[in-house]
Amino acid sequence: MRIEKGRANKITNLAEAVNRYVFDGCHISIGGFTMVRNPMAAIYETIRQRIKNLHLYAHSNGQGVDELIGAGCVAKLEIAYGGNGRFASTCVRFRKAVEQGTLPVEDYTNYQMTLRFMAGAMGVPFLPTRSSLGTDIIDKWGFTEAMRKEDPKIPDQKLIVTDNPFNKSGTIPKVVLVPAINTDVAILHVQKADAQGTARIHGLTFSDVEQAKSARHVILTCEEIVSQDDLRADPDQNQIPFFYVDAVVPVPFGAYPTSCHRCYDYDPAYLNEYLKSAQDDTLFAAYLDKYVYGSRDHQAFLEQIGPDRINRLKADPRTGYAVGLDRR
Amino acid sequence: MSAYTQRELMAIAAARQIRDGDIVFCGTGISMLAAMAAKHISAPQSVLFFETGAIDSVLEEIPMTVADSRVMFWTSVNGSLADAFATMQNRITGSHVIGILGAAQIDRFGNLNSTVIGDYHKPAVRFSGSGGASDVASFVSRTIIFMQHEKRKFVPKVDYITSPGWIDGPGGRGRTGLPEGGPFAVITNMGIMYFDERTKEMYLGGYYPGISPRRILDNMGFSVDISRAAEVTPPSDHELRILREVCDPQRLILGG
Repeated sequence: MRIEKGRANKITNLAEAVNRYVFDGCHISIGGFTMVRNPMAAIYETIRQRIKNLHLYAHSNGQGVDELIGAGCVAKLEIAYGGNGRFASTCVRFRKAVEQGTLPVEDYTNYQMTLRFMAGAMGVPFLPTRSSLGTDIIDKWGFTEAMRKEDPKIPDQKLIVTDNPFNKSGTIPKVVLVPAINTDVAILHVQKADAQGTARIHGLTFSDVEQAKSARHVILTCEEIVSQDDLRADPDQNQIPFFYVDAVVPVPFGAYPTSCHRCYDYDPAYLNEYLKSAQDDTLFAAYLDKYVYGSRDHQAFLEQIGPDRINRLKADPRTGYAVGLDRR
Repeated sequence: MSAYTQRELMAIAAARQIRDGDIVFCGTGISMLAAMAAKHISAPQSVLFFETGAIDSVLEEIPMTVADSRVMFWTSVNGSLADAFATMQNRITGSHVIGILGAAQIDRFGNLNSTVIGDYHKPAVRFSGSGGASDVASFVSRTIIFMQHEKRKFVPKVDYITSPGWIDGPGGRGRTGLPEGGPFAVITNMGIMYFDERTKEMYLGGYYPGISPRRILDNMGFSVDISRAAEVTPPSDHELRILREVCDPQRLILGG
């Protein structure tokens, strides 16, 4: 199905890509980590299109996950960490939703979520690990059996502890089997892509590559579209082959207010203001009205922030971040 | 000797636990600071290492998250989450990794809760969850834990075991199938706790200047052996200078 459009020119605009591949009730994962390289432009577009009932998977995505939850887009969440680094030790809208009982959550670990995406990418039903043996991550389930039965995309069991079938030496008696994740769509923000969707990520890749390969459809937003020759002259630096990708959308500052290595830093002022708004339902509604619903698209959103503030975030070429940025 | 804050003492106390040549797994916040301080003071060969896949980072500025561009600078390799957790279990590198963690609750065996207060299905307070903490606590042979000394945090039974310590005492990890090793020090705002080799129970190893073992017990929800406790050496001028001028001049982690 995706192979048919393998070599097509996939460049499109964000409203079109989100409208086409993100749908009510879909299983979705987003790339990045805490306040780093989240596909924020696509997340804001998803909120603007008022797409609901998402079944969201993430390992440690902070800002993107929290905004989707806060905007009421998420029905179920499978996650390892709902925090935003030093800007929120626990993401506030995530915390509120769980404490109010409106958001069923299944807790895993970062490594387990990575292995789950990897299993999906490999086409196997599970992978083994020794992580979290003896803990409540194994014993306590957030999704009820009924919820698991109702949706064929959710595995029957959260995790399974089993004897190691290769235990000849006796050193590793037990393993935990983690179930594969196979999403409907993964959304990633990368630094460079060509029109076919070959992608280059600078800096840490987190579990973005595994996420792309475990999804039915992939939306890539990118800082810049480059020529195929540019990417293929140095192919060792590319991580995602074109045939996984369905849509390529150029969105400069598409991860803002999160950071994008070698391009720009996270915006401390924005994240601090967000944190303040997130504490209060009225302030949060006003936040969404002003920045998300009040912006036609990401470009209009960036114009609200203003060029001075954006320019201060630009990465220094030596280090890949904004040296000396006031991050209090 | 100069005056110092509690947070500075905590960072230095943890830094002193790091051995030269250790591969130091750091979380966000004070653990990064401790690892940086150790590297500049007593463990120059140690390797700063993050669950996001950054290996041997040069931290010219304090990262605000383990995914920060600042951890990606001048590394040996920028890998992925899958690489990072493999490094902790690899038969060559695994035994050199030391983990630094924090939590909302801890019990006498060093089991940690960073998920919920109250019932898991109807939590009074929800925290971030494991992230990589449970992975680290499962895989790594030595972990240091940062805690605040309060009765509600040192509890007889944690509300949710996010990260495994010594489980229920001697042989506990083996019975659940976990690798050997486990927590070895708890650094708090009042002192340092270690775990008894035989019983795997926490005991008071050190108390900070001006803080009595009695006061520490008053801030715990369970009692521990204090007979082995000695006063912790305060930070030296050299240690403080490195911490303040080299590691965190903006006081992003050290605070005011």
